[in-house]
Amino acid sequence: MSANPSVQKNLRIRKGRVLDPANGVDRITDVFISRGHIKAIGDIAPDGFAADQTVDADGCWVMPGVIDLAARLREPGQPHKATIASEARAAASAGITAVCIPPDTEPVIDTPSVVEWIRHRAESHALRVYMLGALTRGLTGEQMSEMAALFEAGCVGVSNAGHAIPDTGVLRHTMEYAATVGLTVLLRPQDPYLKGQGCAHEGPVATRLGLAGVPVAAETAAVATYLALAEQTGARVHLCRLSTARAVEMIAAARQRDLPVTADVAAHQLFLSEMDLSGFNSLCHVDPPLRSHEDREVLREAVRQGIIDIVCSDHQPHEADAKINPFPFTEPGISALETLLPLGMRLVEDGLLEAPQLVTRLSTAPARILGVEGGTLAVGAPADLCVVDPRAIWELTPSQMFSAGKHSPFHGWEFRGHVTHTVIGGGLVFQRY
Amino acid sequence: MDPQLDEHGKLRHLLTTEGLGGKLVTEILDTAESFLPVTDQAVKKVPLLRGRTVVNLFFEPSTRTRTTFELAAKRLSADVLNLQVSASSTSKGETLLDTLETLQAMQVDMFVVRHQASGAAHFFARHAAPGVAVLNAGDGRHAHPTQALLDVFTIRRHKPDFSSLRVAIVGDVLHSRVARSEIHALHALGVPEIRVVGPRTLLPATVETLGVHVFHDLAQGLDGVDVIIMLRLQRERMEGALLPSADEYFQRWGLTERALRHARDDALIMHPGPINRGVEIDSQVAYHPRSVILQQITHGIAVRMAVMAMILGSRGHEPTTDTSR
Repeated sequence: MSANPSVQKNLRIRKGRVLDPANGVDRITDVFISRGHIKAIGDIAPDGFAADQTVDADGCWVMPGVIDLAARLREPGQPHKATIASEARAAASAGITAVCIPPDTEPVIDTPSVVEWIRHRAESHALRVYMLGALTRGLTGEQMSEMAALFEAGCVGVSNAGHAIPDTGVLRHTMEYAATVGLTVLLRPQDPYLKGQGCAHEGPVATRLGLAGVPVAAETAAVATYLALAEQTGARVHLCRLSTARAVEMIAAARQRDLPVTADVAAHQLFLSEMDLSGFNSLCHVDPPLRSHEDREVLREAVRQGIIDIVCSDHQPHEADAKINPFPFTEPGISALETLLPLGMRLVEDGLLEAPQLVTRLSTAPARILGVEGGTLAVGAPADLCVVDPRAIWELTPSQMFSAGKHSPFHGWEFRGHVTHTVIGGGLVFQRY
Repeated sequence: MDPQLDEHGKLRHLLTTEGLGGKLVTEILDTAESFLPVTDQAVKKVPLLRGRTVVNLFFEPSTRTRTTFELAAKRLSADVLNLQVSASSTSKGETLLDTLETLQAMQVDMFVVRHQASGAAHFFARHAAPGVAVLNAGDGRHAHPTQALLDVFTIRRHKPDFSSLRVAIVGDVLHSRVARSEIHALHALGVPEIRVVGPRTLLPATVETLGVHVFHDLAQGLDGVDVIIMLRLQRERMEGALLPSADEYFQRWGLTERALRHARDDALIMHPGPINRGVEIDSQVAYHPRSVILQQITHGIAVRMAVMAMILGSRGHEPTTDTSR
């Protein structure tokens, strides 16, 4: 992340609704930023504070910057899809101050040199980029990676991204080793054999459209294995991108027994279902697939209750051609950085979450689970935050997206709530007006 | 908004039998009926589509289906171009859209498309230039509407009252675009009881949501039916742990003289072809007096002529719809 020239400036954010659930703060007041950190929260400026710049946040939310647990920036390896530069801009415009990238870059994040390369590339852009190291070398699921070296190089967790580790013996040992090193293991539950060639939820819509189905058991069989091994190994496990009601029940039951397991869901899973595939809409080709209406309702309830700790974007920008094909031949994934917070605000609008809970799901919980800074406006914390105008009404269109990937199933949706300012390390990195 | 219908509810494309409605299906069948004599004439040609160009764009090898589309177009006096595109040529950097646009630049009027991916026909229809029609000749597991229409056409010639029919579709429904299209077409015509029969490995999940009764036992599934539609079983299904062997499949789900006894005495025996003798159907049964398998092929040409004439005839270049009756 850049040493922004405005870092040293004193910034005052006036009269916003300051949301900092980590410290139980939800009130209208000012935020004072100095030397890149939160200097004070209150109605009166601290002694000796002279604002170089003041942001009027009257009627707006002032919240810790969103920490997106899963975003592909496509660098290194696929610059034709997106670059760190393009996606950093998109993130800033959407109130995202940090992202965590899975290790399935090309080359894979399985050596410290790749970690170093990405860090170097990201340095000049206004976005904190955290990395997950590969659980196995090349993500092939065979040989464990040098996790301790990856940890020292700065990886905040280990994962095999969307690649399975079919040999449960290997999986067990990688989890044990990760626990030894002290790394959280982030696992995407999907049995590759049960998934097969599937590209849609195995249900009425896939049956009607003749699309190969992904059964619920593809997820639950993997969740069962991961929970059993979490218990066996004592590894700290985070389950990624849940899509089924049954998986939620299994995780809730595991937590009842105090198993230290956490979970996330991609925001689009809380708003769409298999029904949206009608007409072979490739913008709804995502992995895991959009499931039934009932699954969606259970996922939403789990987010409310906190059984699902985190809502992430699962951002996967693509070039235009990636979605121009018959449905099964299109690439899964959507451009989602710019809809993460707007969809989150819709959860508040729908009455599912209170505003502080939303901040917890989008920022505080990811910071805690990844063990990184941010997620709070505590005095002394890095000044990573955003200002959101909850009254602004806008419509998502491809042309106004900053991301290089323009594919979104939410084009044409009207959103309430727009990010007006994003601050990283005390520097104003985005200003809408 | 159904992409295959125009603002007046006329056929713009034919992508699937789903959503066509009984009236339109009946209109297609009636039109096909009017073309049937053409195929019996010494000069088997009508000038309805003279000057029109039909491209058979096949991404999956198929001689039979392509030939019937070719004959149908030629008997309507259209110019026909056959293109067999292998999967490899589209992987050479040329996208499906490039292929479509290149051909469109040659001023074609209709694409007859077969492709291995479900949704391919919808894809072509979405990207085709205005005025260019798409006729689905089979897309993945999704739809094969002309096959379904020729099947219901054949049924109607023998059993004109759909409102009292029991129809059994037997075999690999999971991978069958034919079965899906038949189910929609039979529903549109008001068939009260449609059954699917097969082992669970060959039936799609929640198949009952298509409005069918599910049977795993062949004898029960055929009990009292008026029409038996056997589906082709691809050889590769035996390799993917979906079935133990061709032999065991034939023993339990193959149509034999013995199994046939469960159906009504006048039950029709149908098969979209090509048949696998001794796998899904016994040779004797395939040529049984009640088998209409060869008629299906003959009817296929008339039905495809009807669909082509209705789509291109409604485009307003020439007064083709009037002369088609």
